[in-house]
Amino acid sequence: MTSASTASTASQGLAGTTHEPDDTGHFGRWGGRYMPEALIAAVDEVAAEYEKARHDPAFLAELDRLQRDYAGRPSPVTDARRLSEHAGGARILLKREDLNHTGSHKINNVLGQALLTKRMGKTRVIAETGAGQHGVATATAAALMGLECMVYMGEVDTERQALNVARMRLLGAEVVPVTTGSRTLKDALNEAYRDWVASVGHTHYILGTAAGPHPFPRMVRDFHRVIGLEAREQVLAAYGRLPDAVVACVGGGSNAIGIFHPFLDDADVRLIGYEAAGDGVATGRHAASITGGTPGALHGAMSYLLQDEDGQTLETHSISAGLDYPGVGPEHAFLADSGRASYEPVTDAEAMDAFRLLCRTEGIIPAIESAHAIAGAVRLGRTLGPEATILVNLSGRGDKDVDTAARWFGVVDPESLPTEEPPPAEDADGAVASGEREL
Amino acid sequence: MTATGTGITRLAEVFTTAKAEDRAALIAYLPSGYPTIKGSLGLLTQALDAGADLVEVGLPYSDPVLDGPVIQHAVDAALKGGVRVRDTLAIVEQLAERGGRAVVMTYWNPVLRYGVDAFARDLAAAGGLGVITPDLVPDEAGSWLAAADREGLAPIFLVAPSSSDERIASTTAATRGFLYAASTMGVTGARDAVSDTATSLVARARTHTDLPIGVGLGVRNGAQAGEVATFADGVIVGSALVSAAEHGRAAVARLTTELAAGVRGQHTGR
Ligand SMILES: Cc1ncc(COP(=O)(O)O)c(C=O)c1O
Repeated sequence: MTSASTASTASQGLAGTTHEPDDTGHFGRWGGRYMPEALIAAVDEVAAEYEKARHDPAFLAELDRLQRDYAGRPSPVTDARRLSEHAGGARILLKREDLNHTGSHKINNVLGQALLTKRMGKTRVIAETGAGQHGVATATAAALMGLECMVYMGEVDTERQALNVARMRLLGAEVVPVTTGSRTLKDALNEAYRDWVASVGHTHYILGTAAGPHPFPRMVRDFHRVIGLEAREQVLAAYGRLPDAVVACVGGGSNAIGIFHPFLDDADVRLIGYEAAGDGVATGRHAASITGGTPGALHGAMSYLLQDEDGQTLETHSISAGLDYPGVGPEHAFLADSGRASYEPVTDAEAMDAFRLLCRTEGIIPAIESAHAIAGAVRLGRTLGPEATILVNLSGRGDKDVDTAARWFGVVDPESLPTEEPPPAEDADGAVASGEREL
Repeated sequence: MTATGTGITRLAEVFTTAKAEDRAALIAYLPSGYPTIKGSLGLLTQALDAGADLVEVGLPYSDPVLDGPVIQHAVDAALKGGVRVRDTLAIVEQLAERGGRAVVMTYWNPVLRYGVDAFARDLAAAGGLGVITPDLVPDEAGSWLAAADREGLAPIFLVAPSSSDERIASTTAATRGFLYAASTMGVTGARDAVSDTATSLVARARTHTDLPIGVGLGVRNGAQAGEVATFADGVIVGSALVSAAEHGRAAVARLTTELAAGVRGQHTGR
């Protein structure tokens, strides 16, 4: 475990870099603002306020104070020694975002945007959530700062992440189950946009990932850059060298861009994002937008998108509610095109194997989202071997997923669980049949 | 295409004709493919026959973030029924063949996927007059503006009560045919009262443009149409017609007739 303090702070994430979009939020051909005129004034206001805030010492000090005294930053880096034995002997370092208050990296962005909400004089926040982690973080910050809070969540997700629905309600937020479309994360985003168009006078939309219209991809990234800034410093201090690879799961891409970004100029450090491959990309039942998608505009930005030949958004499939989204943040599309980062699929079955492995080797129950990154790291370690050091963003903890995992592994009497279809018996590669899933 | 003139000039005629009759134009929205492809052609034809000066053929999209429940439900049903982008173009063509004037209302991603140039070419060939783009602002519309210009199609952008004067100026500068003024901050859906933000938005827009201005969002009956007609050049009706469509052609005809009377100031109470 690394030392409890770092010189890196959250506010440094906002300082500006040499990797910025243009003035209207384009990363090359990606990003921008593909959105209704009615909301342009609102995103202009957010952009202007963010620009002021990131140069305001009082704002930066408050952000650092909250991140330290409330969220518990810096998060440690853990050397996963027993996991390493399963990963070709490579050193696997876990950046412990699961230990943040509320249990994931999402709080980094939410604290920043909630402070910004106060600065803009708005009294209400709305959010979309898939896994519920962003919703819980938003409900938490709203309680802390005395803001009214409404969270949109696909009905499918309210069922599979019921614990987080309860947490949000306990925190005083109103949770609205969304019953349109595929009833998952993209539909929650649609509903949040519809709310925002009508409520923008007093409401800020705390978008939960590094996607959407400018300035969200850049601003959300900046609030998460602290992950990579701290980790880079921690790894250098502990091992005197940089990691060979930095890896993360990619839903919308916020935890990944947060840990990748401070390493962009370290040309020898490989950056790899793991996308949710569901039953396997070849089956069409997946959520791997970069691996399996094509360029398109959804929810405000041009990026890779899972769509049919008519540009209709495809339904996605992933065991992980937080990765079950057909798009991805535009900076990832840019990094994929440039080759600076690469993106690979991880199936449900691979992720769940990694979930079990981390539980059993390190005593850490990861979020199923983060288990995709663990699976990727193990796969990578086996190809790189014992000399390699791999830094993994452990983006969240798995309390919310205990129900899903218990079903997957059959560790509880099914009679005791609410009724639900069992998970598909086999993945594309025929890896796991349900009877063989042992914990 | 039977008619002469570009989409832009034929669209302008809609408003000059209405103006000559000292009234506002009636613009009717209905999505293609709802309740079926053939059924939607029938409803759009009905709207034109019953007094709509122009129809907006809605191109169904999976993620209509600016639409309320009524239109969401209809386009969802249309997509489930298998409607394709090419069906929308075919409907425009069939309307145009019998002299109907039509623009397409579409979220941007289906056009991106079809290819902006190809869509403009095929829509112009079908006899369509322009495209209303609820989630495309001129800032991101470079290739569309070039294609529309080449094909003589009208790029029709929206302004909203939240639009700054600066944005109204830049948006109107890029718009052809008519400007679409969203009457309220919110999604589509019939409302009990037309908000008075619409009057001030139209007044603000008029300081920047001589384009005709159509007002949409929330108009549901003849009386409201009459009210909007006092300050706008076009009255746009969507959700109320889609609701009527649930009850069939006769209901669409009835409402359109009422709205057409409304834009002529002839509406006689609710
Ligand atoms: C723990 C955790 N990790 C990752 C994600 C995926 O989001 P992103 O790609 O923005 O990091 C989520 C989203 O809900 C999450 O809860």
